Amino acid sequence: MEKTIVTLSGKDTVGIIAKVCTFFAENGINILDISQTTGDGRIDMMMVVDTSGFKGRFKDLVDGLDRVGEDVGCTIKAQHEAIFDMMHRI
Amino acid sequence: MITLSEVLETNNMIQHENLDVRTITLGINLMDCMTDDLDRLNENIYSKITRLAKDLVSVGEEISLEYGIPIVNKRISVTPIGIVGSPACRSPEDFVTIAKTLDRAAAKVGVNFIGGYSALVMKDMTSSDRMLMESIPEALAETENVCSSISVGSTRAGINMDAVRMMGDIIIRTAEATRDRDSIGCAKLVVFCNPADDNPFMAGAFHGVVEGDAVINVGVSGPGVVKTAVEKVKGENFEVLCETIKRTAFKVTRIGQLVGHEAARRLGIPFGILDLSLAPTPAVGDSIADILQGMGLERVGAPGTTAALAILNDQVKKGGVMASSYVGGLSGAFIPVSEDRSMAEAAEIGALTLEKLEAMTCVCSVGLDMIAVPGSTSAATISGIIADEMAIGMVNQKTTAVRLIPVIGKEAGDHAEFGGLLGSAPIMPVNTYRCDGFVDRGGRIPAPIHSFKN
Repeated sequence: MEKTIVTLSGKDTVGIIAKVCTFFAENGINILDISQTTGDGRIDMMMVVDTSGFKGRFKDLVDGLDRVGEDVGCTIKAQHEAIFDMMHRI
Repeated sequence: MITLSEVLETNNMIQHENLDVRTITLGINLMDCMTDDLDRLNENIYSKITRLAKDLVSVGEEISLEYGIPIVNKRISVTPIGIVGSPACRSPEDFVTIAKTLDRAAAKVGVNFIGGYSALVMKDMTSSDRMLMESIPEALAETENVCSSISVGSTRAGINMDAVRMMGDIIIRTAEATRDRDSIGCAKLVVFCNPADDNPFMAGAFHGVVEGDAVINVGVSGPGVVKTAVEKVKGENFEVLCETIKRTAFKVTRIGQLVGHEAARRLGIPFGILDLSLAPTPAVGDSIADILQGMGLERVGAPGTTAALAILNDQVKKGGVMASSYVGGLSGAFIPVSEDRSMAEAAEIGALTLEKLEAMTCVCSVGLDMIAVPGSTSAATISGIIADEMAIGMVNQKTTAVRLIPVIGKEAGDHAEFGGLLGSAPIMPVNTYRCDGFVDRGGRIPAPIHSFKN
């Protein structure tokens, strides 16, 4: 399993999660966990996904999420889970 | 499982507090390039560097993309050229050809600095070391990416005052050779006491003779992260302040540990050390001075500054050491004036003086760094300032360094622009009482009594 953390932030509108999930489904990426906070019309969301079924390079994932982000008007980032594990877990 | 708030905390540090990995530095041993044929030596050096470092920049960019952490610089350090060039070089001009080769190799692989145009002359100089030192003004004027460091003292050897005196002249000549660019050659020239063999930071990085064939050393940074953390505990006591810095330093350092190991694995080169140094940049908020001011000083340079810096340096080490398997290099806090916007501002208004900076170097790494002084400063005075700083390093068993820039044609109160990460700075006044009678004595200052531990 290759765990990747995907974060999304921006203006909260209808259908954001649906579009992101569709992108994952089309690219063989399995969602393991979703958490989010909303308020003042904004959304911060985090998804833990398994990218071991994704056929492209990591850059392709980043570029693909950039396109989805542009479509839904949010910033979407993908990062290997290890950076968060290293910083927050001993 | 990682929580949303932890993810947001990390990304906030990266996006808003300038958290980054300052440098991945590839150390390369050039001993096996040595030959008495100068052309052949240059060919060997070029081919070895371009072979070993060909993937350094792309691997750095890959890691940066995958983990979402900026890796600002990819750099190279090499075996001190004073040693490497010794069989082949018969003149300072011969050494300049090696500087140009290093510059070409750096440009080919896409790194922005290559360090190691260096000599280790803590006790005495070989004829080769002397020629390399003589070549520095021309070498730094005719190259873009080459950095030079000369180590003139150590706790074990004492201070080579002949080399100190010589470096006063060489710094002035380097300033003159690059006078059309605010004497920027001197920004690439460091004089050391107790140098570190595994320092990844420029301009002082070189691949020490105790190192292996190749090594990855990483310099992490994050003054902005520490500053934000310190501002959150305003008015709290020193225990709270120290704990806050320590915890923050731990988090920042873990990122460097991850990147260092990942770079080493992908390049197939052993991981050496993580340098914990907090290194500022001219970007707003990426400042050591801001941290000290966040602790309660109106301006850096005010009474209390040395104590505040001592706290910062110590807590960064305490937090950082636990976060990394191997810590080395300089590991402390840097106080370069031109590279730290708030430090330069404090110097501009007279809150921060050269003498206060000297005091601050007793409690942090590294030394008098990126300080612009009047172009009319005499070589003997530069040597006197170097001697003082080397004495602090020698007696306190720590690294100290001097990177002064006598800006030719400018005087105290004027301004020097170096550009990019090197920043800009006011020309700081220098004590003009003479020290020629002291620095001209020649010879060596003996090692201090506490160096005799055997």
